[in-house]
Amino acid sequence: MHPWIGAGEEDRRRILAELGLSSIDELFSSIPAEVCVERVALDDGRDETAVRNELISMAHANLSPECVPSFLGAGVYRHVQPSVVDAVLSRAEFFTSYTPYQPEISQGTLQVIFEFQTLMCQLTGMEVANASLYDGATGLVEAVLFAHRLKRGKIDRVVLAETVHPMYRRVLSTYADPAGLEVVVVPPGDDGRISAEAVRDAAGDNRSCCVAIQSPNFLGIVEDLPAVAAAAHETGALAVQVIAETVSLGLLAGGGAHDYDVVCGEAQSFGLAPGFGGPHLGFFTCHEKNIRQMPGRLAGETLDDNGQRAFCLTLSTREQHIRRAKATSNICTNQGLMALAATIWLEAIGGHGLRDVATASLSRAEELKRRIAELGGGWKLAYPSSPTFNEFLLTGPGTGDELARRLAEEGVLAGVAGHRWGGSWPDGLLVAVTERNTAAEMEAFLDALGRVS
Amino acid sequence: MNVPADLMYGRTHEWAREEGDVVVVGISHYAQDQLGEVVYVELPEVGIGANAAEELGTLESVKAVSEFNSPVGGEVVEVNERLEDEPNLVNEDPYGEGWLVKISGSTAGEDLLDAEGYAAMIEEESA
Repeated sequence: MHPWIGAGEEDRRRILAELGLSSIDELFSSIPAEVCVERVALDDGRDETAVRNELISMAHANLSPECVPSFLGAGVYRHVQPSVVDAVLSRAEFFTSYTPYQPEISQGTLQVIFEFQTLMCQLTGMEVANASLYDGATGLVEAVLFAHRLKRGKIDRVVLAETVHPMYRRVLSTYADPAGLEVVVVPPGDDGRISAEAVRDAAGDNRSCCVAIQSPNFLGIVEDLPAVAAAAHETGALAVQVIAETVSLGLLAGGGAHDYDVVCGEAQSFGLAPGFGGPHLGFFTCHEKNIRQMPGRLAGETLDDNGQRAFCLTLSTREQHIRRAKATSNICTNQGLMALAATIWLEAIGGHGLRDVATASLSRAEELKRRIAELGGGWKLAYPSSPTFNEFLLTGPGTGDELARRLAEEGVLAGVAGHRWGGSWPDGLLVAVTERNTAAEMEAFLDALGRVS
Repeated sequence: MNVPADLMYGRTHEWAREEGDVVVVGISHYAQDQLGEVVYVELPEVGIGANAAEELGTLESVKAVSEFNSPVGGEVVEVNERLEDEPNLVNEDPYGEGWLVKISGSTAGEDLLDAEGYAAMIEEESA
């Protein structure tokens, strides 16, 4: 086989024979049938332009947030995207660089990481942020493993709010089960929030290494962060705040203000466009006294030989390229390009800009809630009295899946089915509102609700 | 390299010195030289059991983190708390102020090298 030319029929036959397989389909048989697309119906022997045109016209059959009103959220949010983000991001000096293994030669990369860390600390109110992680789900996993290490690996119970994003919870169980961690899930109360009593009961005295709670939670509701942290600490557990919508930090104080030991989560909202599965951007912040158990690396600011400001890797000695199996983490990376996007985005819009984006998201969501409450027709806010940021659970005439489908037929991507991954809350639609949703889109949303009853 | 004649040595570069019914443990001059500037020492909890040739803690230098092992079996009775603020003592005075832990027990019957044997080992390692 030539290294630059794809495998031919004969090569494929030999590879399959070597693997003991009869067909390519058999090679991919571990992929569940329900997620596989049937072969796209294209004629053989057409030129590139014709194929491209046909695929584009097929793609136009999709409902995209770029062409219809979208209120999809559930962990992925569509916010303003200043052009400067992609312009700087696409510079070859950044775009083609990989995590530097001779770090100090890449001063630009280290400066970006340093600025990202600084921004995340300022926003969460924590002392130290690492250079980033894959996504919110691995952020939660890392927080739990971090807490377990801080308890010297001896306290195996983890208390987890059911209102942490269900996908994050699934990723956690992937790691927790083989590690012998026992995850106790605490469901929300009638107000959609996690109560301090429930946390205390689930944690038990010195039985749990941490309590992890998301705020704003999966239902969009702002949790009672101080009470949950106090309950966790009373039982000897660490308190972990997960954030899936970081724009909320433009208005709401992060866990650092409420005595949390870890604030982690997903920073996709900062300059990363929603895409099919990513890329996303995880973050992890903690206190300085615990940095030696923190996963990943830390860039720092120093002076060079000439006494000039310079950047260096302050902490990377416990990473996997040095520590192998004994590293603080074997599932983490510096998600460098995404951290760069978040850094540019935050620096482009600034502190006031972030507050404006957060305020617009909140006030538009509140406006929509108010209008829905007046609407009738079987449409109800599932938690009318609970404080939300920019997302809320809406119940209506049908299951969440049915409602999402019927509203899509009306030309509105109205939300994500709240039971898509299960849950003890009412089945409905999770509706997310951001500053990108115009007044006209909100009217279109309400009109569509009026037609589906 | 400084290899005091009155100490016993583990093959992973720890030294052991009997003081009454406890054994004082540190790392050798050679080991600290190989590690470079030590910036952090992670010590075990007092009261835990130590097994000979098994990990007891870690030493972090500017570029790497390495484990140190217990040369003897017993119980950790004291750790050098000064290292929390002055980890550089491990470099400056590895056989004195830079000691790591004290373990109840004795060197008798453990698989350790005398100074001559250890000196020969590091000579071979660095050759």
